Amino acid sequence: MSTDTAPQSTPETTDTAPGDAHGEAHGHGWTDGQYVLLALFLAVVTALEVYASYADWLGPFFIPSLIIMMVIKFVAVVLFFMHLRFDSKLFSILFYTGLGLALLVYIGTLLTFQFFVR
Amino acid sequence: MADVVIDPTAPPAHADSGHGGDDHGDHGGGHHSSTGLSNTKLAMWMFLGSECLLFGGLISVYMLYRSRHAENLGPDQLWDIPFTSASSFVLLMTSLTMVLAVSSAHRGNLRNTKIWLVVTAVLGSLFVAGQAYEFTVFYREGLGFTTSLFSSSFYTLTGFHGVHVIVGVIMLLSLVIMLSKNRVVGDKGETVEVLGLYWHFVDVVWIVIFTLVYLIPA
Repeated sequence: MSTDTAPQSTPETTDTAPGDAHGEAHGHGWTDGQYVLLALFLAVVTALEVYASYADWLGPFFIPSLIIMMVIKFVAVVLFFMHLRFDSKLFSILFYTGLGLALLVYIGTLLTFQFFVR
Repeated sequence: MADVVIDPTAPPAHADSGHGGDDHGDHGGGHHSSTGLSNTKLAMWMFLGSECLLFGGLISVYMLYRSRHAENLGPDQLWDIPFTSASSFVLLMTSLTMVLAVSSAHRGNLRNTKIWLVVTAVLGSLFVAGQAYEFTVFYREGLGFTTSLFSSSFYTLTGFHGVHVIVGVIMLLSLVIMLSKNRVVGDKGETVEVLGLYWHFVDVVWIVIFTLVYLIPA
């Protein structure tokens, strides 16, 4: 009987391992002030996007500049608000696999329909 | 003795004790895989990866059909960029309030967690209200769901996103109620964080929609 208790006490000790991994999560985030600064940065980029949509002088750089600002906002939210930069690589792999697959499949689809030819 | 042995379901019991719940110390929630990672977070990231495919498809369809419309009922005639920019700003700020809720939850500050969750839900509802108003205006101007390929793809894309926001708001309010009644089993910080991942993703999708659908002219 005592042998029954022994193995079952070990899982409890192994359970602390995830705890440690989770403990990292405590430290991986930023301070609240840093999050506020990032939000302000995102708000400024959004304002620039809207300004760019009205600016005629951008010419051929109009769409690229909007795409770049969109990517900056996307990456900032994913890396810092969603903590992907500080979390396990496995989470990044799962998310970027889905994202990459989506980009490949749908760029392929748009190419098939000659979307970029126009 | 044998009865005592069965009790090593003690981890959840420990989690319910409330000690660790707020303190973020009850890692014995039993929701961790052999990788040492949280199963729920793993599942959420997988779900979000698959959601990329869903929204990627909807955005692609919109991009293909955005020029298939009647002359006076296209994006360039209908969009109200200042209004949509304001509602985009509101949604963007919910990412801040959500991350502050997660931060408070990890610090064990239940009161602030609930406040930030409610603020997030209110701002999310404001965004949905703005979207409903926008849809109403478009409809009154003659843009129904089946008016053109453009309208169908536009309403489907933004409607799907709106439904995601509504689901997020419902989950936020449910979590606030569950936290108030101490019904959250296991690590409260992690629960808030997993919901936060979903919410941030909804925000991230809007970042893409806002640029590709609203700002880049057809």
